[in-house]
Amino acid sequence: MTAALLAAATGSGAHLAHASAWAVFGVGAALILTGAFGVVLLRNPVHSALMLVITLIGVALEFIDESADFLAAVQIIVYAGAIVILFLFVIMFLAVDRREPAAPEPTRAQRPLAVLLGLVALAELLILSRVQHWSSGAHHVAGSLKGGEDVQKLGESIFTRYLLPFEMTAALLVIAVVAAVVLSRRHGRVAAEMSPAEQEEATLR
Amino acid sequence: MIQSVLFAGVGHLAQSGSGCLGPNGTSITGLCTSDNSLHMPVAYRSILPMLVLFIGALVLLLVSALLSKRSRPGLYPVLSTAVGLAALVASVWEWYDVGNRGVSTIGGQIFYDRFSVFFGVVVSVTVVLASLVSDSYLRREGLDGVEAYALILLAGTGAVLMAEAAGLIMLFLGLEIMSIALYVMAAYHRRRTESGEAGFKYFILGSFSSAIFLYGVALTYGATGSTRFQDIAGYLARNTLVHDGVLLAGMALLIVGLGFKVAAVPFHFWTPDVYQGSPTPFTGYMAALAKAAGFAGLLRTLTGALSSQQANWRPVIWLIAVLTLLIGSVMAIAQRDLKRMMAYSSISQAGYVLVGLQAGSAAGTAGSLFYLFTYAFVIVGTFAVLGLIQGPGEARNDLGAIRGLARRRPGLAMAMLVFLLAQAGVPLTSGFLAKFYVIEASVQRGQYPLAIIAMLAAAIAAFFYLRIALLMYAGEGEAAGPAPALEPAGGGAEAAGEAAGEAFVADGALTAGLQPVPSLDGATATLTWEPPPEERIAIPPAVAATLAICVVFTIAAGVSSPIIDFARHATAMI
Amino acid sequence: MGDPVFAHGLTLAVWLILLVKTVAVFVIVLVSVLFMVMYERKAVARLGVRWGPNRAGPNGWLQSLADGTKLLFKEAFTPRSADRLVYKVAPYLMLVPALIAFAIVPIGGTVTVAHNTTELQLADPPWGILFMLMASGLAVYGVILAGWSSRSKYSLLGAVRASAQMISYEAVLGLTTATVVLVTGSLRTSSIVAAQHGGFLYHWNVIHTALIPFALFAVAITAEMTRPPFDLVEAEEELSGGYMIEYASVDFAWFYLSEYAALVTNSAFIVTLWFGGPDGPRITGHSIGPFWFFLKLLIILFVFVWIRATLPRLRYDQLMELGWKRLIPAALIMLMVVAGFQINREWGFVAIGAGLVLAGVLWRAIDVGRGATVVESGPDPRVAQEAEQ
Repeated sequence: MTAALLAAATGSGAHLAHASAWAVFGVGAALILTGAFGVVLLRNPVHSALMLVITLIGVALEFIDESADFLAAVQIIVYAGAIVILFLFVIMFLAVDRREPAAPEPTRAQRPLAVLLGLVALAELLILSRVQHWSSGAHHVAGSLKGGEDVQKLGESIFTRYLLPFEMTAALLVIAVVAAVVLSRRHGRVAAEMSPAEQEEATLR
Repeated sequence: MIQSVLFAGVGHLAQSGSGCLGPNGTSITGLCTSDNSLHMPVAYRSILPMLVLFIGALVLLLVSALLSKRSRPGLYPVLSTAVGLAALVASVWEWYDVGNRGVSTIGGQIFYDRFSVFFGVVVSVTVVLASLVSDSYLRREGLDGVEAYALILLAGTGAVLMAEAAGLIMLFLGLEIMSIALYVMAAYHRRRTESGEAGFKYFILGSFSSAIFLYGVALTYGATGSTRFQDIAGYLARNTLVHDGVLLAGMALLIVGLGFKVAAVPFHFWTPDVYQGSPTPFTGYMAALAKAAGFAGLLRTLTGALSSQQANWRPVIWLIAVLTLLIGSVMAIAQRDLKRMMAYSSISQAGYVLVGLQAGSAAGTAGSLFYLFTYAFVIVGTFAVLGLIQGPGEARNDLGAIRGLARRRPGLAMAMLVFLLAQAGVPLTSGFLAKFYVIEASVQRGQYPLAIIAMLAAAIAAFFYLRIALLMYAGEGEAAGPAPALEPAGGGAEAAGEAAGEAFVADGALTAGLQPVPSLDGATATLTWEPPPEERIAIPPAVAATLAICVVFTIAAGVSSPIIDFARHATAMI
Repeated sequence: MGDPVFAHGLTLAVWLILLVKTVAVFVIVLVSVLFMVMYERKAVARLGVRWGPNRAGPNGWLQSLADGTKLLFKEAFTPRSADRLVYKVAPYLMLVPALIAFAIVPIGGTVTVAHNTTELQLADPPWGILFMLMASGLAVYGVILAGWSSRSKYSLLGAVRASAQMISYEAVLGLTTATVVLVTGSLRTSSIVAAQHGGFLYHWNVIHTALIPFALFAVAITAEMTRPPFDLVEAEEELSGGYMIEYASVDFAWFYLSEYAALVTNSAFIVTLWFGGPDGPRITGHSIGPFWFFLKLLIILFVFVWIRATLPRLRYDQLMELGWKRLIPAALIMLMVVAGFQINREWGFVAIGAGLVLAGVLWRAIDVGRGATVVESGPDPRVAQEAEQ
């Protein structure tokens, strides 16, 4: 991974750049697929979470390949460095990291249906990629990446045209905080809702 | 996450220090174009109601953090109502400020037109009503606290944002802000398992629908090269797409995502469970708000950005509208839980708004807007009444709970009667005019079958609305008398798919005038009427005031209506 | 921008230079670790008025080499119930981030070898300092997975503590790093160093950002490395070794190594971000960046040892309170103040005022919250009342 990172970060040799970009893409794609299959197929939740990290690192590599360095770094810092860690945290705390018993599916047709839908989605993407002019691409929303570093470009976008969407994510964060408080707080129960035994227990406490 | 955006911001600040010049004094490409200027004027007036609601929520939270606990128990509903009123005032001011013109502001992310302002009014009113109604319920259930009101205001923020959105990105943000707040509100009654279940179901299914919506956004962006409504419309007006498969797929997914929020069939499966489990006043709020905002998004997307694709989306909406109307009405008949019944009722009501949307004309949009505005009062009022009669701990939600209400609380029964009649579409209520306008718009476009189906659905729906009404006015003797009757399953047309052991429940009070009702609840073969609660229902002043407002509005809007003019003016979208 | 060595494309010479630099970075980190292990033991001993190791080699300086050799020959065992693969991989997951992060540290100026001018720095990506945050973010995996895969209660507790602690303090780390980026205007480590160049001490970020962000950064990075006084992850008295209790032999050596490698790397980042990197007075007209760099590094390392010898370990709730209720708000306020002063003086003072108000509000809110917690954790008063009736 280091080599690929460095190659992408520093590679400007004309003839090597193309090959190295392909190499980075290949490695990234392999990582993404390995991780994705691992997440679905492995039984142990912790292993699945680790596979998810591999997928995320693969995605970060592809970002670098597209010279979106900042997104790559954010991908690692936020997703791999914080979110999956929290997944692990929860898995460990709840001690659900045992092998799941192969419980009978609640809906019999669920599994074949899921496979079928997945295949349909895959076929859709493949067809879309082959159909010419599917992306009419009237114009790009983002400016060209020529000149200036992509962090600056991103900063400009966020603080000019996308200022309001950026600011309004604050509302989402506020809701998240309030929601966490609401859902995690233990409420005392009103006596009318308790059984006599529970009421007794409440007085004894 | 904080860090990542920070760094982007820092990069920007560092850049702005040197203005438009790069480190070597050379101009950096793309920085100084007028399109991407670093100076971004923010037209605060165009987002005033949303700002009021959002800042109000923050103030509420701040106040609660600074005051010691339980020192001001009644403060938060008052504050929340005040914030809602302030947002209403701001909306009204905007209405005169914006006039008939419309502009897109704040980097082309927000539409400042009468359509936005109209929904500002609707949402503000809903927030006020919900704040007034929630207080007594929350205290009764021992749930009072600042969080409920903060969530009400934040959900309102998201709803206004959805109506104001000038692009799919903004629309999605509004959708998420509103939805996540509503998920939490559904699960707010922590001690009721049903509430937690409702929140969980709503969250899971809602997240899926959000993902579907996002996929639709991506495909639409791929097909048209922009996420902004104006650009999409402009691009589609200038170009005829030879391969429009991607656009159609994107459009379909957008309809699915928004259709989920407005509980249109076949995306309605969450509705009964969520409406039943959520705290009752929140259910009313949810029904009014999510429908208004979801339809605002649909109207913006379909009649605004994709108006050139009418030939493609109108048949889809036609089908959805028909399904929604019929399935909502028919399923409601079979329900024995009041909140579940009202959930199906709200599904069928969404069908009428879809009829207005399907017309794809200014008249249809006006009808839809009128419908949404009047429906907000009706549904908040309905659930306010249900919240009162269900008793502590939401003990009684079954039909029996409302039996003989007229004898116990005539005023309450009268208010409920008005709401029921309005939903049934009886003349002299707002519901009649609302249905009339959307069906008229449909007829104007030559959609006679749809109009007939809509009227048929109204007739079916009238059955269960009247059934509740009759139950309320059932006399003393009848209330005591009815014995559960068991009949073998016949040819219940609606419940044809159900098992043969299905019981027909004949309500003794109703056998005189109405047919037996097929029960879809297969688990219960017999139905025993619990006697209606005998204790006197206390009506808190705030709820009484709210009910009075809702009743007066429902009748006023149904008699002579400046409201429809209001709605007609509001169709002026960009 | 970027390393001038790539100006003429990737020739063989450039490849060789890169190879040499890569090896050099590894050697620097590993030698520093060997030195540091010894240095720490001796310094802690002297601070406690003891002699410390003084047998192996001259004055005991080869003790760490001897310890390392011993570790390699110990029996390596895996607990029977352990998750074998993860158990074996975890030490490497911890080692790699600590090693690669050093790649972006500028050691000082440029050198010219065979007409190829190159920076004394392995990589200089435009998003440089994010690489540091990336590395510190990934370092958590080693700790968590080691603790989890051992299937031991103590190590699992250590792992859970580690995940919470590191994520909490990473926010402070990022926010204070942002103030540096704000004043230097670049994420590139070489630019950050260049911006502090010229004028001993005066241009350093530690002065430019008014000292407080540095103090916050220093606390946060200490916690991030789980160094004392934040070493609850491996607290001997409570967890008898924490996440690495089951490890022995080579695997244990990797943990030991990566801990000290992280210490060296992060100290290097402190020097780079706050103390001008290789900036210092010229001596007889020559720029001697590397000398100043390593001198500063040594001083920082000593301070870490000093802290370890002085401060007692925090309790876990104290750790969390410090992070969330003190450091993160303080870092946010300082970011706002520094940003204000970047615009002009007036905005700076406005930001200071707003910061003070915010701090006051927060203080009051924490106060209220503390009272509320006591009330709410008891039984609901209504319940007790009605039950009595």
